[in-house]
Amino acid sequence: MALEPGASEGNIIVLVKPTPDINKVRFDVERGRIDRSSAELEINPFDLYALELATRLREILGGRVIAVSMAPPHAEKALRDAIARGADRAILLSDKRFAGADTLATSYTLAMAIRKLGGFRLVLSGEKSVDGDTGQVGPEVAEHLNIPHASFVHRVVDVDEDSITVESDFGDGYYLVRLRFPALLSVSRPLTFRGESLEPRIPKLSDVLRSRRARIEVWSADDVPGIDFRRIGLTGSPTRVVKAFYALEEGRRPVVYKDPEAAVEEIIKVLRSRKLLR
Amino acid sequence: MERRHVLVYVENINGRLNTSSFELLTKAREVADAFSGRVYSVLLSAGDDPFREAREVIARGSDVAIVYRVERELLPNYLLHAEALTSAIRRTRPALVLVSATPWGRSLAPRVAARLGVGLTADCLDVYVDESGEIVQVRPAFTGNIIAHIKTSSSPVMATIRPGVFSPPKPDYSRSGEVILADEPLTPPEGLEVVGLSRERSVRLSEASVIVAVGRGLRRREDVALFEELAKILGGEVAVSKPLVDSGWFEKERQVGFSGNIVRPRVYLAFGISGAPQHIAGMRDSEFVISVNIDPSAPIARHSDIFVVGDMYEIAQKLVNRLKAFKSYESRN
Repeated sequence: MALEPGASEGNIIVLVKPTPDINKVRFDVERGRIDRSSAELEINPFDLYALELATRLREILGGRVIAVSMAPPHAEKALRDAIARGADRAILLSDKRFAGADTLATSYTLAMAIRKLGGFRLVLSGEKSVDGDTGQVGPEVAEHLNIPHASFVHRVVDVDEDSITVESDFGDGYYLVRLRFPALLSVSRPLTFRGESLEPRIPKLSDVLRSRRARIEVWSADDVPGIDFRRIGLTGSPTRVVKAFYALEEGRRPVVYKDPEAAVEEIIKVLRSRKLLR
Repeated sequence: MERRHVLVYVENINGRLNTSSFELLTKAREVADAFSGRVYSVLLSAGDDPFREAREVIARGSDVAIVYRVERELLPNYLLHAEALTSAIRRTRPALVLVSATPWGRSLAPRVAARLGVGLTADCLDVYVDESGEIVQVRPAFTGNIIAHIKTSSSPVMATIRPGVFSPPKPDYSRSGEVILADEPLTPPEGLEVVGLSRERSVRLSEASVIVAVGRGLRRREDVALFEELAKILGGEVAVSKPLVDSGWFEKERQVGFSGNIVRPRVYLAFGISGAPQHIAGMRDSEFVISVNIDPSAPIARHSDIFVVGDMYEIAQKLVNRLKAFKSYESRN
């Protein structure tokens, strides 16, 4: 899936995952997946940073900011929110055939949609989603598109016509990485852009009203040319949850103290018995 | 059962092998033995002696070490490591590939999985072979409230493993193994240049044996000094809950929780932390949990061994005073 020449001109694509509020949603233990039907979907908090960064980069690089999601139809509201937060265009990949996708099938589908859009300089995503928590889709999309990526990006240091320089967390330290366009970044928080700390904007009322009138483009699998139906949805997903259960609520039964003196005595006893007092 | 092999990717970003990669060798040995197979390790080396790293991984249970030699300045280029891992997979045809779920591993493994068109399971807590001889991966889902068992229908099975879950094997330098110096050249990928180290990590919560964590109960940024003093006496680190990072008071490196660091110290002391699920997800595996909260109904109580209903400042100050007295008494005797 190599990119056509000249593909680096143009737009900034933001991968936006509509996710349920993790504290409210139910997990379907029987089917081993999140019951998304019950929950209202909002933009994955990590992706809000990607969106904010995209609007800043647009000021420098030009082009349009295009939000792309793969989600059920009721995720449309989350895409309106992306428009209210600065996206120029929003595309919702929604089709029963996309359902049940793991990260491989999801990243393939998103990459095929990005190829259809063409003419992009950057693809941005959040470091991971609050519901799936894999962080895999960003780098997998980059591989499908055959472009370089950087993960766990905390700082955007510099950007010019041809490249972007970022600081990426490698685990043992933060490294400076320069990527030539087209490229993909998955961004973490806190995120700084040329020394300034970035926070997702709160949309203005006028933006919210404008987003209500915006057109959300809904694409089915048939709208993505060249897509291989064996590589999407459940069929294209090699990983399968075979069983799932609630993690046992910790068997911790706390000893409760209300008297500060007694509490301090007991804590010191514990620290001493665990040989933590040197 | 048919002989099947396990391949471990050993992380070498800066010339020092990451010890979390050694932990994978413990699990790899177990799975390979179940299949009467071999444990392969693959690593990049920029040293003068490529056998030095190979000896380390063989001492820790590898049967074969595959070493790709690169120029020093290319060592931190993760796309080059992805090339090497892909090539080692094609060469050894393993049933299972393990990569440590460090930020580095979580950036590199998905590229390899996508290139091979295979499944990848993130941040696993365990991998085992079930009664039908199939590999099962265990991972927390949903902020850790759900434990999912996952099978992969593509081959090889690929998983990233959360650091700290398995103990590293004791090295045995008398173990013998095969060293393969891979001769195929790795082509530096286009469009990516790792310029170099920009900042060291200032704190490593995942390695601390005592953590003194503070939450929203902290009234002013400077009040953290008291808790720093307590941490210092105990030889531990100060950590914070998410609101204190969101407010800009602390760096994310100090954040414990789902979106921060997952920690498992020997003792976790939580001051003024109510215990949101996202926080619990980061500390639930601590050996012993002591929490102090003014609110007797704070959810963190259910995840604590000792729960003190009281003022976090008062308890911390009393602890500091007592520990200081204890220390000076100890040093006099």
